[in-house]
Amino acid sequence: MHDMTLTELARALEAGEFTSRQLTESLLARIERFDGELNSFISVTAEQALAAADAADAARARGEAGPLTGLPLALKDIFCTQDVKTSCGSKMLDNFIAPYDAHVVEKLKHAGTVSLGKTNMDEFAMGSSNENSHYGPVKNPWDLTAVPGGSSGGSAAAVAAGLVPAALGTDTGGSIRQPAAFCGITGLKPTYGRVSRYGMVAYASSLDQAGPMARTAEDCALLLSAIAGHDLRDSTSVARGVPDYRAELGASLSGLRIGLPKEYFGDGLDPEVETAIREAVKVYESLGATVQEVSLPHTHHAIPAYYVIAPAEASSNLSRYDGVRFGHRCNAPADLEDLYKRSRAEGFGDEVKRRILIGTHTLSEGFFDAYYKKAQQVRRLIRQDFMDAFEEVDVLMGPSTPTPAFDLGANKDPVSMYLQDIYTIAINLAGIPGISVPAGTVNGRPVGLQILGPHFAETQLLNVAHQFQQVTDWHQQRPAFGKENA
Amino acid sequence: MQWETVIGLEVHVQLATQSKIFSGASTAFGAEPNSQACAVDLGLPGVLPVLNESAVAMAVQFGLGINAEIPEVSIFDRKNYFYPDLPKGYQTSQMYHPIVGQGEVEITLEDGETKRIRVHHAHLEEDAGKSLHEDFHSMTGVDLNRAGTPLLEIVSEPDMRSAKEAVAYLKAMHSIVTYLGISDGNMAEGSMRCDVNVSVRPKGQEAFGTRAEIKNVNSFRFVERAIAFEVERQIELIEDGGKVVQETRLYDPEADETRSMRTKEEANDYRYFPCPDLLPVVLDAAYVDHLRSSLPELPAEKRARFQNELGLSAYDAGVLSATRAMADFFEGVKEVCGDAKLAANWVQGEFAGHLNKEGLTIASSPVSALQLGELVARVKDETINGKAAKQVFAALWAGEGDSADDIIEARGLKQVTDTGAIEAMIDQVIADSPVQVAQYRDAEPDKRGKMIGYFVGQVMKASRGTANPQQVNGLLKEKLDALC
Repeated sequence: MHDMTLTELARALEAGEFTSRQLTESLLARIERFDGELNSFISVTAEQALAAADAADAARARGEAGPLTGLPLALKDIFCTQDVKTSCGSKMLDNFIAPYDAHVVEKLKHAGTVSLGKTNMDEFAMGSSNENSHYGPVKNPWDLTAVPGGSSGGSAAAVAAGLVPAALGTDTGGSIRQPAAFCGITGLKPTYGRVSRYGMVAYASSLDQAGPMARTAEDCALLLSAIAGHDLRDSTSVARGVPDYRAELGASLSGLRIGLPKEYFGDGLDPEVETAIREAVKVYESLGATVQEVSLPHTHHAIPAYYVIAPAEASSNLSRYDGVRFGHRCNAPADLEDLYKRSRAEGFGDEVKRRILIGTHTLSEGFFDAYYKKAQQVRRLIRQDFMDAFEEVDVLMGPSTPTPAFDLGANKDPVSMYLQDIYTIAINLAGIPGISVPAGTVNGRPVGLQILGPHFAETQLLNVAHQFQQVTDWHQQRPAFGKENA
Repeated sequence: MQWETVIGLEVHVQLATQSKIFSGASTAFGAEPNSQACAVDLGLPGVLPVLNESAVAMAVQFGLGINAEIPEVSIFDRKNYFYPDLPKGYQTSQMYHPIVGQGEVEITLEDGETKRIRVHHAHLEEDAGKSLHEDFHSMTGVDLNRAGTPLLEIVSEPDMRSAKEAVAYLKAMHSIVTYLGISDGNMAEGSMRCDVNVSVRPKGQEAFGTRAEIKNVNSFRFVERAIAFEVERQIELIEDGGKVVQETRLYDPEADETRSMRTKEEANDYRYFPCPDLLPVVLDAAYVDHLRSSLPELPAEKRARFQNELGLSAYDAGVLSATRAMADFFEGVKEVCGDAKLAANWVQGEFAGHLNKEGLTIASSPVSALQLGELVARVKDETINGKAAKQVFAALWAGEGDSADDIIEARGLKQVTDTGAIEAMIDQVIADSPVQVAQYRDAEPDKRGKMIGYFVGQVMKASRGTANPQQVNGLLKEKLDALC
């Protein structure tokens, strides 16, 4: 069961091959057996999961099952869940239980899915290796000495290890696509505004976007249809119809114009990763696509711009964690200032503190114009690069990451860590969608192909990824870890 | 040295929306602490603001009311600082692109002179909660009911030159927002409060002096007192060779003084930046036009109409147009009785007097405009005389009858104009007052005019106030003089 895709599981449940309870029990047993080592979950909610599974089975018995009824999945611990801890990977929120469900959680519950728990992540979604979690690092199931990527590392590792068929992640600068690439799964960052952010703990509000992480593009399509859509509680969510993304899969790629941004194939790209990506592009050519080189001239400004804008927003978004109303509070504060200082000093980890400091600095009087304003100008140029490129081609392709998963502890220097996101960050700045699909391995570690499209081109992106998965089997490869049954 | 005072005001007006500016929680005043604070107001992780459209409409109405420019796009910014009653660690406000641009308002001073005061801009923002320092045993309580209440901050140019002008400006603002119905204007509950920027400069000097900002003054009287104190303090300071420092001060009404809160050096760096959770507010011309066409008549127009069309004096027109409630009441009385001047006298006289005496507002008055109008109509058609009318009013006020006519009827207050009946009463009074008649007869003719008052009083008393006083006067004079 644990090797099956969501689509296959849905079919099996419908055919009565097993019940949602049986499926849920089997996956809970796998989590029990394997996650001690993997550390992909912060909270496992077995009791609620079994109750939801029973409810799903009952609904099916009544003939009221929908396409997602009874399907198990996991939620990154950034989504607020009523009655279940939402830690955001931080000591600050280790005691926080939200009184409400995030919009996407509501929608998934309503669709009859079964959440097995909340997955591990870099604290407040700040990180590219999942080493910044208060709950300890997550291991990459392909190689336990490697990182799973971040910040949605727990979601990616859990799916890759067969602990859950799919999970939700969030992506602010690559946090879905990079761990998907490192763990050999498929992950989609939708267009900014496609999925409501209500109930998603904010890191950088103008960049954050939730999305599906699963084994196949088809599964991502299934999940995206369930979570996308306008939400009046999020002013930045877009009022635009949600297609049945899965039903739209199947169009031929003949005549598809693919652009390869030359900036994504330059210095710093691992040659073996490049080989894998160029092989993948050849597959597309064999499917009838045409390929041309394009340029995204402002690419090299993306990381600096991101590390001004994201920390600026974060410094403000994280001000609410002050020890006054919820979250960590220091012991016996002497006065108000002591309460603020110690609660925040104790509750936040180093990377979060670093970004709060950067953001506070860049927004300060005298620095605002040079940093924040300039970064916003750069952001517009980066967006324009993509708009210009999409005048010439339908999609852009390149590596999701410059290297396969690196070793745990390998990137001690924050800047070298930031550079890991070189191919993913500009996409968030531009607000466009991007998907990472498995496209090979290097030394036993997966390689991700990133496909980008214009705003709201999810249908096309998912189909382009899906067609690749019809003729390749990278997405079907499984790590040795967790191969045996629980 | 002659000094000139320069004043600018930042007026915070609480908008009368049902719910908060970014959440669905109620804005009603006086609820149990924290019973009107939802997840958004508490700043819980993951919540997002959604702009209340009626707050936008109210702000635009205000802008139109002061003939301000209404920019097509306005943007919310975050003002970042830590305080326990500021749940998110930032206040959502509008720093760079406010919803209302430059406008102006005309103020009327006590001597009837008018002056134009320019408004620099007005912007929307959310209120903070309240820190409660009492009853918590050296701890502080936080009540977030007020957090997220919509405020319109109206920033004037430094165009005022005296405390009186500042008060007149504040009153004009109060009058505009209550006319528009965008605020209840209740200063005691904090629905309207202001920060006062005060500086002084030698008369004739163009450059402004260094200003002090007096925070959170919440009554007309306190504004006047705070400015008076502050002006004196600054002049004394300078004349003693000192320098005014730019700082924030607090007015303490008990001590009637202002005290330093923090100087510029201690001021926060608020690190304003556009709020990424809210889209820019884009107002299309049709929306603004729609609001413009539905604007009510504003105080200045009303005052002009009262003077020009109804023939009221400038003073009466000013008093009766000062608040919308007053103007509406007056116009109601006028409609019913058909006489603007009589209506004006009654509304400002008996009616306002009773309100003041009992500390009531027009809304809580026991006498309605219809009731007063009917009463005034009976004065106008001479069914009753002025004295009886006051009795009827008192009875209406005390709830001793539903209408003036009922009370007039029940108490027999209908004016007696029958000459025969009045003559009979006069004859009786003369017969009963031999001493006074003798005194009248013996007096110098030019002293008699005064003495007639006694007889008038007696006749009126005999008629229980119903006799027509002019007739009584005339007939008495004739009869008494006939005796001399």
